[in-house]
Amino acid sequence: MATFKYHLLICGGTGCKASDSDGIITSLNKEIKEKGLENDVKVVTTGCFGFCEKGPIVKVLPDNTFYTQVTPGDAAEIIQEHIIKGRKVERLLYTDPETENHIADSKHMGFYQKQIRIALRNCGFIDPENLDEAISRDAYMALGKALTEMTPQEVIDEIKKSGLRGRGGGGFPTGLKWEFASKNEADQKYVVCNADEGDPGAFMDRSILEGDPHTVLEAMAICGYTMGADKGLIYIRAEYPLAIKRLKIAIDQAREYGLLGKNILGTDFNFDIELRYGAGAFVCGEETALIHSMEGERGEPTFKPPFPAESGYNGKPTNVNNVETFASVPVILLKGADWFSSIGTEKSKGTKVFALAGKINNVGLIEVPMGTTLREVIFEIGGGIKDGKKFKAVQTGGPSGGCLTEKHLDTPIDFDNLIAEGSMMGSGGMIVMDEDDCMVSVAKFYLDFTVEESCGKCTPCRIGNKRLYEILDKITKGEGTMEDLDNLKNLSNVIKDTALCGLGQTSPNPVLSTLDNFWDEYVAHVTDKKCPAGACTDLMNYNIIEENCVGCTACARACPVNCITGERKMPHHIDQAACIKCGTCMEKCKFNAIELI
Amino acid sequence: MSSVKVKLKKTDIDKLAEVCKSFNNEPGELINVLHKAQEIFGYLPSEVQEVIAHELKVPVAKVYGVVTFYSFFTMTPKGKFPISICTGTACYVRGAEKVLDEFKKELNIQVGDTTADGKFSLSCLRCVGACGLAPVVLIGEKTYGRVAPDDVKQIIKEYMDQ
Repeated sequence: MATFKYHLLICGGTGCKASDSDGIITSLNKEIKEKGLENDVKVVTTGCFGFCEKGPIVKVLPDNTFYTQVTPGDAAEIIQEHIIKGRKVERLLYTDPETENHIADSKHMGFYQKQIRIALRNCGFIDPENLDEAISRDAYMALGKALTEMTPQEVIDEIKKSGLRGRGGGGFPTGLKWEFASKNEADQKYVVCNADEGDPGAFMDRSILEGDPHTVLEAMAICGYTMGADKGLIYIRAEYPLAIKRLKIAIDQAREYGLLGKNILGTDFNFDIELRYGAGAFVCGEETALIHSMEGERGEPTFKPPFPAESGYNGKPTNVNNVETFASVPVILLKGADWFSSIGTEKSKGTKVFALAGKINNVGLIEVPMGTTLREVIFEIGGGIKDGKKFKAVQTGGPSGGCLTEKHLDTPIDFDNLIAEGSMMGSGGMIVMDEDDCMVSVAKFYLDFTVEESCGKCTPCRIGNKRLYEILDKITKGEGTMEDLDNLKNLSNVIKDTALCGLGQTSPNPVLSTLDNFWDEYVAHVTDKKCPAGACTDLMNYNIIEENCVGCTACARACPVNCITGERKMPHHIDQAACIKCGTCMEKCKFNAIELI
Repeated sequence: MSSVKVKLKKTDIDKLAEVCKSFNNEPGELINVLHKAQEIFGYLPSEVQEVIAHELKVPVAKVYGVVTFYSFFTMTPKGKFPISICTGTACYVRGAEKVLDEFKKELNIQVGDTTADGKFSLSCLRCVGACGLAPVVLIGEKTYGRVAPDDVKQIIKEYMDQ
């Protein structure tokens, strides 16, 4: 086997691919060939490194040099300088925003220092399309251990002891769920992996499937062993073509190696996995809806009980877990429940992956121990707020979660704390907002989402959310009353109490949490008819700054309703009563003389 | 049963029947069949749904119910260059709405519509998971990241003469 002096790892995740990481790979390979280095340097396409803000990323091993925002044009310099001459390409290194020093080794970057990677342990290290590389990082070792050294009950006990809770948002103890499914006798049982990552702004499941698909297959097989199932199904979004492709490759390779199929690792255990595709319905993340969708039906949820552990896919006992949950399982069996439960807080063990996005400097995927504070995540790992603006809120838990503010920054993040603060963990999306974001509009944005995604089966969700949306819309237009604010609160509580499934029961959370934390902002919209963040255009007026206006008449000529008047070379004036707030004047003005207040 | 009112060509019907057969005409595979059918035809007009219902031996109403439930399935043909704007939260807070407005203005169509020349269609989607590049626009398979309203004209121009 060839031994290479250098490995160039390049992120082949969806984000970096969109920034032409394929082009970089081609250029690097071309340079390597031209310089005759084929036997010394190997280019490896890996999964996501997590630091999406600075992508595409090229990492050089063995010296661990981390090049950021690389373009295909940089390939020649990397090969010439780094590989041939042994000098780092300074201009491509990460610059610490505070000290402005270049940092070569990712271990020393603020973004990585506080992270512990369990579910993401192989993402960015291995070629996800190569099973040998996965095996070199212990893939399928845990399955081997379970099949040959442990009874199904021992595996369940180990998972129970580890304290692992469902990472899809519910936080239900995984071991307990497995135990329920194992105790229901049936001729056929199913293991289902929920990869229908519909929460906008969350992309951890996609990254795990793109970067380390085998860990999910392995964990599903382990689960199958504990509950006596020989069939696994992965329900994945059709919007994730790359993850689908890599899963298909991984399943084929695992079958070829005898790690899926009949008599796995020479035991009498059989297990195989198939893919099922979603078709764009958020509610299908709910397990009963997901099961109906897999059966070819409309993805409408049904009342629990019966739980899927009793009657799930095709009426058979079914265990549904999320991708990230499965990805944590093999390590627990290898390193032990005690190791896993030593990380985290009292009731939430281990780590959690978060997708940091929004108005934050370091957008990306991070994995931190439970109990890390929001401040550490946003300011130390996330590098603070973009463009030096002021932090206003962080939205966790997606459309089911809530907005947390300054006063929550020192709350240790775990399942129970977030719920106590009026939000929730959800699947781990974290959207950071700054002073320019209007919280009424944000609540409206989420309600717009829920209204569109409500399956329509139960009245509170179908009609109640629509009414919530309409009231919010009225408020952002400056037509709200104080009575509307009371109605928002009452209606929200009714929907929470009466909706059929998790989607409806949590959909008012963005409204309730913004009402709680940003009451003054709602009142400003209602009584002063002002949007403090300056985001609701209906509440804003275009105004000409007299000192800046040179009287060029460009705005007056462009105004579609002729509401701007003034002499040539004299400051102009906008007739507010006639203005339709189209913004054309502001676009046309070359002298920054028009402001929105 | 020959109740299918055909505007489809015989070869198209055969193709659909083959797709259904590749899934053993199993009603439980309806969604997979629809995915394949949409890959072939680009959209799922009622005639296509009728053929599928016939092959899988389920009511057309059921097929229609499933098609209209999922946002991925569409009953109107898409443009030659389908434009999708990500309106996930990360893109929203980084100004996706303004980008969407600019596309609407430039193409003079609404979300869900196709331009009269059949060249462009406009749709919104929820998060492609490339939040590091927000706001994101997809045209066909190509992803455009960090799109500003000012970039929209140029992006459309790239496809105008194709």
